[in-house]
Amino acid sequence: MIYFNAFLFCGLVCLIGQIILDNTKLTPGHITTIFVIVGAFLDVFNLYDKLVLWAGGGALVPITSFGHLLIHGAMDTVNNFGIMGLFMGMFDLTSSGIVAAIVFSFLLSLIFQPKD
Amino acid sequence: MEKKDYKKLVDKYTPNAPRFKNAIIAFLIGGFMGVLGNFLIDAYSFYFNLSSKDAGVFMIITLVFIGCFLTCLGFFDKWVNFAKCGLIVPITGFAHACQSAALEYRKEGLVTGIGANMFKLAGSVIIFGVVSAYIFGLLRIFVMGG
Repeated sequence: MIYFNAFLFCGLVCLIGQIILDNTKLTPGHITTIFVIVGAFLDVFNLYDKLVLWAGGGALVPITSFGHLLIHGAMDTVNNFGIMGLFMGMFDLTSSGIVAAIVFSFLLSLIFQPKD
Repeated sequence: MEKKDYKKLVDKYTPNAPRFKNAIIAFLIGGFMGVLGNFLIDAYSFYFNLSSKDAGVFMIITLVFIGCFLTCLGFFDKWVNFAKCGLIVPITGFAHACQSAALEYRKEGLVTGIGANMFKLAGSVIIFGVVSAYIFGLLRIFVMGG
């Protein structure tokens, strides 16, 4: 059942993105940025945690989970250090994705040539 | 032939903008990516005895690697042209943006090329994500009480 929810949620997010892309002049960069902000916004009311419970991996795959993980990591340190924690834990949970993207794309770009 | 009739004829044979088809393809491919993500989480937590939270981190690293590697092999650009948001919105789109920028600026040198331009496309995601998370975090502290 969670696989069906994952399919439905991730598909719907992509569908909304595609509708925005086709009907406005926004570029893919705008759309991913909007989705990150929406993901961070949904976490203000703890809505995204419920979505992760409902859709499992389907809620973690779209870029909305990036905003959710940023604010989630920050709030974990806020509990210990107060308002300064916002600066300390922001990248705690998202560092894996960013570091993986940097390391893989640097090393692979040394090996491969661009294809036209 | 009257101008009006001609316009009617042109309208009849002009293909509709394939918005509906694009949306369906994005929905199906995006849904498949979600299923793949969930499958990877289940597989990692089963074989490596991880909690589902840690398995989620492994899953994201795997998808980023797949996105980078397929971009290097040249498949991914064609797939993105076909599926559009179905592959841009998942985390693979972030990897694709980093990797294609790194490949494109490789010839300008390591520091001035790759180092300066890798986040040319993907940087806005990080910057707007951090700023919005900071503002919403403040909102959560002061309005919702943490």
